[in-house]
Amino acid sequence: MRATIPKASEARLLQAEDLACWRAERLVFAGISFALAPGEAALLTGANGAGKSSLLRVLAGLVPPAEGRVLWQGEDALADRPSHGARLRYLGHQDALKPSLSARENLALFARLHGGDVGMALAALNLAPLAELPARVLSSGQKRRLALARLALAPAPLWLLDEPTVGLDSDSVALLGPLLAAHRERGGIVLAATHLPLPLPDAREIRL
Amino acid sequence: MIPLLARELRLALRHPADTLSAVLFFVLVSALFPFGVGPSPELLARLAPGALLAAALLAALLPLDRLFGADAEDGMLDQLLLSGLHPAQLAAVKALAHWLTTGLPLVAATPVAAALLNLPVEAWGTAALSLSLASGLLSALGTAGAALTLGARRGGVLLPLLVLPLAIPVVIFGAAAIEAAVSGLEARPFLLLEAALLALALPLAPLAAGAALRSD
Repeated sequence: MRATIPKASEARLLQAEDLACWRAERLVFAGISFALAPGEAALLTGANGAGKSSLLRVLAGLVPPAEGRVLWQGEDALADRPSHGARLRYLGHQDALKPSLSARENLALFARLHGGDVGMALAALNLAPLAELPARVLSSGQKRRLALARLALAPAPLWLLDEPTVGLDSDSVALLGPLLAAHRERGGIVLAATHLPLPLPDAREIRL
Repeated sequence: MIPLLARELRLALRHPADTLSAVLFFVLVSALFPFGVGPSPELLARLAPGALLAAALLAALLPLDRLFGADAEDGMLDQLLLSGLHPAQLAAVKALAHWLTTGLPLVAATPVAAALLNLPVEAWGTAALSLSLASGLLSALGTAGAALTLGARRGGVLLPLLVLPLAIPVVIFGAAAIEAAVSGLEARPFLLLEAALLALALPLAPLAAGAALRSD
């Protein structure tokens, strides 16, 4: 189920066409259109409640858009949601960790689903010394780093990150830099919703 | 699907209280019947098949509202839905895991409950078989119910209201199988009817659950 990363020649890998989203009887956003080429990064900005998280969930295929389409290589990405899911990594507000499993065990499930090496992913986020601790004793910043370690497991062409650096100290944010750079080097796309500075040089800004 | 099932079983092993509480509930409800019926062993044995089925199905319902709830709260459900598996496959894994961690332990506790209900020993084997089929059906139906009530307020109340009416046929055939075994008749036709209900639910319930998970 591992998705391959297309060549950098394809100008528009991910396209959003006139997306609109309703949440609880309220129009969150409408008329959102953008296109991203391989290796491009975009920061979603906007006030609280502007719909940054909702947009990421729509792009991930977790919430159907009220209007509009999400295109991947020019084809409707949401028509086959399982394979769209396999080509992206989504980091939500919650870290998706099981408190009773150790850091290594938490990551091992994703390693078996996506491929990749748990030890290397833990090392990439400087978590190797904490590998055998249960996730419930980790601090919130350490949990966030463990969630981010999923990104270091195996390449996927699309990263959707919702406030990836919440709770991280500046050293940990710096660890994210090489990870993001390597992903873009491979032709991957990053979309990140954030209020904090991210190590994403020349990222476009999408304002909601 | 295998890594997901392994994860479910590993989590169940880390939290044995969930399985234990269902088994204890089953045994305790069975233990209440002799007190309620009073000093009349024959009457108790007469009630045993139905009481066994009802107690087991209620016990199997207990962990259902956490089946998807725990994963939905910590964000794991999003990750599972994006894992490349079809939501129906995900639901099938959940149903199987529920049966392995709740249904199977209940079947293992059947002799204890059967003894408390004064069920003749000859019928214990049939009772275990009948309960394993009935709990399997409840795991399938319950997974669909849990997916449908996920995110609903008071989902824990809604879930039994949705699932138990659908379990009525399996209670009828399941109790009839045990009764047949008690009175020395052929239990096989009733067990086959139970198996037929299970065979009907096994493909349909995960599909329904998958559809409910997607549209959330």
